[in-house]
Amino acid sequence: MNRTLERLAPFAFGGIALSLWQGGVWVLGVPSYVLPSPIDIAKAYLDDYAILNQALLSTLTVTLAALLAATLIGVALAVAMAASRLFRAAIQPWAVILQVTPIVAIAPLIIIWVNQPFIALVVCATIVAFFPILSNTAAGLAATPPELLDLFRLNGATRWQILFLLSLPSALPNFLTGLRISGTLALVGAVVAEFVAGSGGFASGLAYRIIEASYRLEIPRMFAALFLLGISGIVIYTALGLLESLLLRKRNAA
Amino acid sequence: MFSIRSVSKTYPNATIALQNISADIAHGEFVALLGPSGCGKSTLLRLLAGLEAPSKGAIEWDNAQRPGPGDIGFVFQDATLLPWADAADNVYLPLRLRGERRANAAGRIQAALAQVELTEFAHARPKALSGGMKMRVSIARALVSDPQLLLMDEPFAALDEFTRHRLQDDLHALWLRSGKTIVFVTHSIYEAAYLASRILIMSPRPGCIAADIRAAIPEGGNRRTSPEYANLVAQITETFRRIMPA
Repeated sequence: MNRTLERLAPFAFGGIALSLWQGGVWVLGVPSYVLPSPIDIAKAYLDDYAILNQALLSTLTVTLAALLAATLIGVALAVAMAASRLFRAAIQPWAVILQVTPIVAIAPLIIIWVNQPFIALVVCATIVAFFPILSNTAAGLAATPPELLDLFRLNGATRWQILFLLSLPSALPNFLTGLRISGTLALVGAVVAEFVAGSGGFASGLAYRIIEASYRLEIPRMFAALFLLGISGIVIYTALGLLESLLLRKRNAA
Repeated sequence: MFSIRSVSKTYPNATIALQNISADIAHGEFVALLGPSGCGKSTLLRLLAGLEAPSKGAIEWDNAQRPGPGDIGFVFQDATLLPWADAADNVYLPLRLRGERRANAAGRIQAALAQVELTEFAHARPKALSGGMKMRVSIARALVSDPQLLLMDEPFAALDEFTRHRLQDDLHALWLRSGKTIVFVTHSIYEAAYLASRILIMSPRPGCIAADIRAAIPEGGNRRTSPEYANLVAQITETFRRIMPA
């Protein structure tokens, strides 16, 4: 009973918030170019769903490509850093610098350097997304139980056996935590890159539609695009959470 | 089986963990390394396993045969099982690391699990097992390659008294049955007295062997309540009082 209630709670809260919003707009007579009501937003979406869905698909493609690239780069760097202290010392400060530099500041450069707009967007989103995977996986690899390392060495394990049979599986929960954070960051990165690229770049993503709608004062359409982004973020986060519990189900089975 | 010859171990921070240790361990002995925390008994065990090298001196093996992978079984204080693998796969691990196929190893895995009476739990994951059962899996993993030397580092220290007694009985029976050489680190006088055929008492700072006591508790009957056991505990306690001024 309590579990069901907990599952329904976010939907109930959303429903109440939307109703209050709708009621407030009606009662106060707020014009839709200042704050459109949820019904206006739904109408704007239905009028334009083909273009908006196309834009969503484009943004999600960039997001997923970036998440994939972030996973490959993050895990590869984490493994290399765990294997060599020298490499770790050389790379770690630069990874942090890349992480703390605001993407809006480097995105214009990347868009100039990389001719192909899709790849430029993926590069930007990857830069935003890779750090949590790198740092969490590196922490997981570093926390490999020392007794198990001893046991592997005692049985003459090779470096590869230690990596694939011990260190990587030990780091899996940490990696998945990082992946979950990176998933939503990749979406943020994709949208920011699209904003910077604007119409000069890859004029089809949701961010471009938001800018376009704001220029034309089509505020309900802008909100519709925003809603799609929000829902995408939730879906990505939830999907990665499901992946996590699926992959860890075996070891948590009591 | 092997001789420890004037072995010393000094760490880079100048801590002297072991100083001038010498002992001859014969085939089939059950040796308890007994001493308080910080006396270097775990370090000595790691040197025997080859996980660390002595700073001075050497460990000489009979017939100059250094044990290779699989010749030594090691049991740690914690069970240290792979949480994602079931009991059978955990037991398979040492064989797998040496490139043995699962199908070829199945019989030995079965036998090792049977030795610790966990046949029905072959497919249980560590999370589903009690502390005592996890330690049994850990012991089965050490036994699976049929090593001649079993090194154990306070394996029962984290278990409750009842589980500990049970596992001690089982280990003693295993030793009698298999004739393996066992070196067992413990800080419990009772455990050392009950299990071992020979007790090396170590004193700390720097770690050295302070006494070498042969145990002779008759087999059969309740060894825990036998007068020989009580005498041995008293003898060890007295020795500790002598070598370790308050």
